[in-house]
Amino acid sequence: MSAELIMQVEGLRRDYVQPSDFIDFIGRKLRGQGKPPPVQAVMGVDLDIRHGEVLAVVGESGCGKTTLGRMLTGIIPPTAGRVLYKGRDIAGLNSAARREYELAVQMIFQDPYSSLNPRMRVGDIIGEAPVVHGLVSRAERDEYVSSLLRKVGLDPDYRERYPHQFSGGQRQRVGVARALALKPSIIVCDEAVAALDVSIQAQVLNLFMDLRRDFDLTYVFISHNLGVVSHISDRVAIMYLGRVVELAATEQIFARANHPYTQALLKELPVLSAGKRQFDPISGELPSPANPPAGCAFHPRCPMAMPKCRAERPVLQEVAAGHWSACHLNDAPAASKATGPGTPVAGTQREDSPHTETA
Amino acid sequence: MVKQRELNGQNDLLLDVQGLKTWFYTRDGVVKAVDGVSLQLRRGEILGLVGESGSGKSVTGFSIMGLVGERGKVHADRMMFDGYDLTQASAEQMRSLRGNRLAMIFQDPMMTLNPTLRIDTQMIEAVQAHEKVSRRAARDRSLEVLRMVGIPAPEARLKAYPHHLSGGMRQRIAIAIALLNSPKLIIADEPTTALDVTIQGQILYEVQKLCREMGTALIWITHDLALVYGLADRMAVMYAGHIVESTSTAALIERPMHPYTHGLMASIPSLGTRGQPLFQIPGSTPSLLNLPAGCAFRSRCYRADAQCAHAPSLQAVGEDHLVSCWHSGEQT
Repeated sequence: MSAELIMQVEGLRRDYVQPSDFIDFIGRKLRGQGKPPPVQAVMGVDLDIRHGEVLAVVGESGCGKTTLGRMLTGIIPPTAGRVLYKGRDIAGLNSAARREYELAVQMIFQDPYSSLNPRMRVGDIIGEAPVVHGLVSRAERDEYVSSLLRKVGLDPDYRERYPHQFSGGQRQRVGVARALALKPSIIVCDEAVAALDVSIQAQVLNLFMDLRRDFDLTYVFISHNLGVVSHISDRVAIMYLGRVVELAATEQIFARANHPYTQALLKELPVLSAGKRQFDPISGELPSPANPPAGCAFHPRCPMAMPKCRAERPVLQEVAAGHWSACHLNDAPAASKATGPGTPVAGTQREDSPHTETA
Repeated sequence: MVKQRELNGQNDLLLDVQGLKTWFYTRDGVVKAVDGVSLQLRRGEILGLVGESGSGKSVTGFSIMGLVGERGKVHADRMMFDGYDLTQASAEQMRSLRGNRLAMIFQDPMMTLNPTLRIDTQMIEAVQAHEKVSRRAARDRSLEVLRMVGIPAPEARLKAYPHHLSGGMRQRIAIAIALLNSPKLIIADEPTTALDVTIQGQILYEVQKLCREMGTALIWITHDLALVYGLADRMAVMYAGHIVESTSTAALIERPMHPYTHGLMASIPSLGTRGQPLFQIPGSTPSLLNLPAGCAFRSRCYRADAQCAHAPSLQAVGEDHLVSCWHSGEQT
């Protein structure tokens, strides 16, 4: 794998303004309130995506991972910041270069039920875009669609079928074939296996890895499932409330998680082994991005929060080669570091006998 | 009230279901969603009922609760719960059991909660439906269970409407409502599937604590084997309306005997499977409509042969270890 950068993201931000109707406007005027403040879904993300890698973006719902994925594909424009594809800012591309970028970055969605048009035949769903963009001629279309269906493990005769005639796993394969039809170099998978059963999930994950090898693909793999991420990804970015809080190679993250949030997430990772498990969850919920806490966004839930965490937001800094983390514990003196980040996660605590309560 | 049956020394058995069949009669044919399921649950025991979508695990739960709709026909050779014969119970009798001794938690908490009523209204109603107590006593009981499920500031939550609360908080309220009348058995149908991992961890923690403290038996229905490992005393794996393997959790992890269980376990992605292709079970779950005779798993099974055209039955392969397969055995 070469370390060539295929896509860069610099200070990416995305705000959402609550739409306000006339009544709401009058009500606010009467109460002497101004416009509602925008909700920052993504609050400044920097990422480098290397050619050929699988970069996982992990976080809880509401952390902005889907918004980030949509900005990468150009579906929604960023409020601030830049997306660079092969070193060029996509905002300043001319129409030909813009089209090349849009074809090269494709997306696979979470819900295989709502991401396929129920009134189109599978052959049209997959074949429409490559014909429109002139990648294949109309005469070659059926042959092209058949070859794609074979690649994703479906019978080419399914061309004439409608999406409702497929199972969830097969629909997700159709979604993969649709993305592949445009000969992309990056595929953004937004929770692409979350809705699938375990046995079907394994089939689709294997398919992703085969396609990566055959088509020289780069994946941005958005997921909340650390089990899947540990299997498939090369690097992991952990997001919390619109920001990346930790970024490192997968082995690093799972062996030496630095950020307390990552450590808490890893504790929740279900492991297959005998013995009862003592569940030891982190308390609280993801705060609302409309009203983020001051300082470090994780401090209300963090078991190691210090006064500094309430006042000042930590920045992402390199704690080891290629391992970035945003936590104040990293600037603390060496003495207190023993209990802080850098310590490997103790793993899931287990009891030896099933019915004893540990304190 | 339901007639109390003689308990012949078996009173540690809370639930005894034998040969449960729930068939749905549709225009296209008979869907045998549950086809001969037998389950036994001791008091205070936690059973993990595992299966993929369409395996009949939820319908099994609904059948025990008596919540199968008109199109479904429930038939069981035996369905005893805490001395009550559920096969003989009238609709009125089932109603007095449900929410009282028998409770269910659904995947979507909004199936339990009424969006137009405040939490206190719904909780007090649930207490007063089964017990003649004052509003104040019912409210106190509600506060008590809200505290039990780890809800901060329960007094304030009682005044809230469901839409004021987050998904995790709603699911806790749904669990609290299930606990109101101190049930003997709770059936939880994928209650954490729609929640974030950290919230899922919190719910599992509360449920584990409650079952131990109150001695409530629990059937946890899920598609995620790895999740129930840490929780359940026993596990039952379902496939196409049948239980294919059932044993203690430890035995299932250490010595899975059914080829489907092997496949389920091997197909879980983890750090250990990095860089290699995942084991995959070929094909997909069969349609339950007009399922052919014989072992339902044989078209996807790596051990299938001519014998599998005849349906296997659950056989003991070890102490308290039942497997329904002609070629059961550990993975080689």
